[in-house]
Amino acid sequence: MKKIHVTTTVNNDNVEFLCDPRETLLDVLRDRLNLTGAKEGCGTGDCGACSVTVDGRLVCSCLVLGAEAEGKKIATVEGIAKGEELHPLQHKFIEYAALQCGICTPGILVAAKSLLEKNPDPTETEVRYWLAGNLCRCTGYDKIIRAVMDTAADMREAS
Amino acid sequence: MNDLSNKGPVAKPLPHDAALLHVTGKARYIDDIPMPVDCLHLAFGTSPIAKGRIQSMDLSEVKASKGVVAVLTADDLPFTNDVSPSIHDEPLLSDGTVNHVGQPVFLVVATGHNLARAAAKKGKIDYVEETPILTMDEAMAANSRFEDGPRIYTKGDPAAAIDAAPRSVKGTFEIGGQEHFYLEGQAALALPQEGCDMLVSSSTQHPTEIQHKVAEAIGLPMHAVRVETRRMGGGFGGKESQGNALAVSCAIAARHTGKPCKMRYDRDDDMIITGKRHEFRITYRAGFDNDGQLLGVEFHHMTRCGWAQDLSLPVADRAMLHADNAYAIPAIRIESHRLKTNTQSATAYRGFGGPQGMVGIERVMDHIAHDLGLDPVELRKRNYYDAPNNRVRADNTTPYGMEVTDFELHGMTDQLLETSDYAARKAEIAEWNKGQSRLKRGIAFSPVKFGISFTLTHLNQAGALVHVYQDGSVHLNHGGTEMGQGLFQKVAQVAASRFGVGMDVIKITATDTAKVPNTSATAASSGSDLNGMAVKAACDTIRDRMAEFLSERHQCDAKAVKFEDGQVIIGDDVMTFEEAASQCYQGRISLSSTGYYKTPKVKWDRIKGQGRPFFYFSYGAAITEVVVDQLTGENRILRTDILHDAGASLNPDLDIGQVEGAYVQGTGWLTTEELVWDDKGSLRTHAPSTYKIPACSDRPDVFNVDLWDGRNPEDTIYRSKAVGEPPFNLGISTFLALSDAVSAFGDAYPALDAPATAEQVYTTIRRVRDGV
Ligand code: FES
Ligand code: FES
Repeated sequence: MKKIHVTTTVNNDNVEFLCDPRETLLDVLRDRLNLTGAKEGCGTGDCGACSVTVDGRLVCSCLVLGAEAEGKKIATVEGIAKGEELHPLQHKFIEYAALQCGICTPGILVAAKSLLEKNPDPTETEVRYWLAGNLCRCTGYDKIIRAVMDTAADMREAS
Repeated sequence: MNDLSNKGPVAKPLPHDAALLHVTGKARYIDDIPMPVDCLHLAFGTSPIAKGRIQSMDLSEVKASKGVVAVLTADDLPFTNDVSPSIHDEPLLSDGTVNHVGQPVFLVVATGHNLARAAAKKGKIDYVEETPILTMDEAMAANSRFEDGPRIYTKGDPAAAIDAAPRSVKGTFEIGGQEHFYLEGQAALALPQEGCDMLVSSSTQHPTEIQHKVAEAIGLPMHAVRVETRRMGGGFGGKESQGNALAVSCAIAARHTGKPCKMRYDRDDDMIITGKRHEFRITYRAGFDNDGQLLGVEFHHMTRCGWAQDLSLPVADRAMLHADNAYAIPAIRIESHRLKTNTQSATAYRGFGGPQGMVGIERVMDHIAHDLGLDPVELRKRNYYDAPNNRVRADNTTPYGMEVTDFELHGMTDQLLETSDYAARKAEIAEWNKGQSRLKRGIAFSPVKFGISFTLTHLNQAGALVHVYQDGSVHLNHGGTEMGQGLFQKVAQVAASRFGVGMDVIKITATDTAKVPNTSATAASSGSDLNGMAVKAACDTIRDRMAEFLSERHQCDAKAVKFEDGQVIIGDDVMTFEEAASQCYQGRISLSSTGYYKTPKVKWDRIKGQGRPFFYFSYGAAITEVVVDQLTGENRILRTDILHDAGASLNPDLDIGQVEGAYVQGTGWLTTEELVWDDKGSLRTHAPSTYKIPACSDRPDVFNVDLWDGRNPEDTIYRSKAVGEPPFNLGISTFLALSDAVSAFGDAYPALDAPATAEQVYTTIRRVRDGV
């Protein structure tokens, strides 16, 4: 099969790659661009471990084709911190012990960040339902929700 | 020097050791390890039928498929064809017969993961189908089982006690299995080394077992195989034996091709191929007096073990060992049937049979409370084992003859009833329910007493390796594996405390069979108990050597040398730990040591069912409130209160995280997580689209979790207690709360089965309400 040439930006870097027409964005990120922060938990859009944003919209990268990245802006967990400086969500996830095995964490951070960008003052119910597509088998979610709520409060105060 | 008052980092709520890597996406799991370009990828071709013989195999299309480098069948395997952790009854690739849908039949080696999977679908295999044994009833009828007959543990004469009792209840109760759903699927990677040596990275709770099976499979001594595990993306027991097949396949393919080989299961493959929690059917009969004192109980356990033995015997044993939970039962008999069926080989899962045994007796208590109209908490308290400081019973031993000497639940129950405001809420709920027709609320309490130690006594051992470098930095290694539970951090806290240094001095390193040999699986909640002690032993050896050398130099007593706050205090002199390490090195003092620990006191005869299988017990208690909708059976958790006993916690944040996660997982097991096999033995719920683990939206609206302010009376690492599995059982309170809510619809006992899915709740409400 002929490979497709794609030009895009990932975490604000210009990127070009060749991919198979059927290759998912998740596989492109992981296998071609060495960005292994997004994980495959199911490959069917049901777990959220592969969450990234495309032009600011939260998607499961396992359901997006690599070819669809053409001309778009992709953001992944690797771009959340600015260099050494962590994003407030990242600080809070550490502080609240909102992670155990950590494999769901990248997807949950991407999803939570996208929520706070849309809605800086979410209710707890909004957080719970926004993150309902991100499965975590370890934590039981309580600390995750608290970390997100507290980050939102801090960020509102800071802005 | 052993002063507990100065514990350093121990007992501090420090974050997970890899938290920074996790939040930045830099933590590497097996599939994230950078690959050599020539790495090959593997996939299994699997059986579409539950039982039969292979008549002919045509793999030409598989071989011709794009990217395929090799296709292997059982005939191509150079040495042993076995990946069983117990009795060599589990061929890696079918030996001519197939025993469940999803059993690996051939192995594809290809240049890409998707190419290997695509090729694996192209096998043309003719089978002679046979009638499979799928259900427990079919297995009982065919006497298809492991071991010659049932295991039976008995205390007293329960049949006579029940027959003579003023009252009795009986019933049968189905308990479904559970998929682990570790978010990282099974994965392994093998890199061929010079000579014929093999380096394997595996997502496993048991690197030594992987080493052992790989060595057998490629015909080498264990010393030629090195297995490394940095972390898993969740394990929960599912990576105790189920990673063997992938690691062995990678090693065989790497030996065959001379290239690095990687294998990871796609989620569907993972769910179809690997074992799950054992399904049970528990039948019971219990006799009691009018005050609810238990007089005798009989349990009949049937457990569906699947096609291979795997760890089923100790799992079923542990179910028997938890059939009493927290209750002193004067006469009891537990009969356990380990049934062999043509389904995935059920395996270890958090609690290892304990939860199934425990939910059995909790079901009995629920039934008795309903029968007597007695408050279920009061009933339970009346039957508790005695507390050590208030012995009243003549006999405070378990059904297997172990004296209960550390019972904490009296105090814990009272505290939890108070903090959760149980009595007032129960009254308020009863009142509220009267005014409702569609919705009813329910509330329930459940206690946990969970035995800690491997019941296979020889597994209760651990090793560690610690180096202090001449710059004062410390390299830490032990046999435990990290699956998210925070073991590495807890053990590092122990090491830092022994040397009196900060956490930044300690380097946590991947589990490695070349550093610490002959380890046990990180399982049975034993990780920090065993490895913490082994690391302490290693650190203390080095510290004592350092103290002796420095005290001689400074002419003081070695016992007076103190290691604290990054300093070493030698009589009147003080130096940094770094200086001390450097001086010791120059004084030719060995700064490296192994450490070893074996659990004392345990002794157990699993055939007789007598002895002390456990070093101690961990305790917990939960109160859960739910609401159910009679039109749909849908339900949700409104509030949960938990008090859990982690002894003197090594790290309260990590321990509370374990408790919360375990409760939610235990709740999932008994409520939404339903495994459905069709009548051909094919698992129909093999992806998160059809198998529903709790999501963020399912978490209790109010969730209060606290640790009991306790201390292990046994001499464990800093008097802490194991915390991995015990809180899983707290999820039983959710199940009982649903039973309570359903019972508000009518007079009959709900006799709810597990998992109590919305459908199950709906039909049970109809039975209770309308008698249909
Ligand atoms: S891997 Fe994309 S949603 Fe699960
Ligand atoms: S921390 Fe393990 S899946 Fe979320």
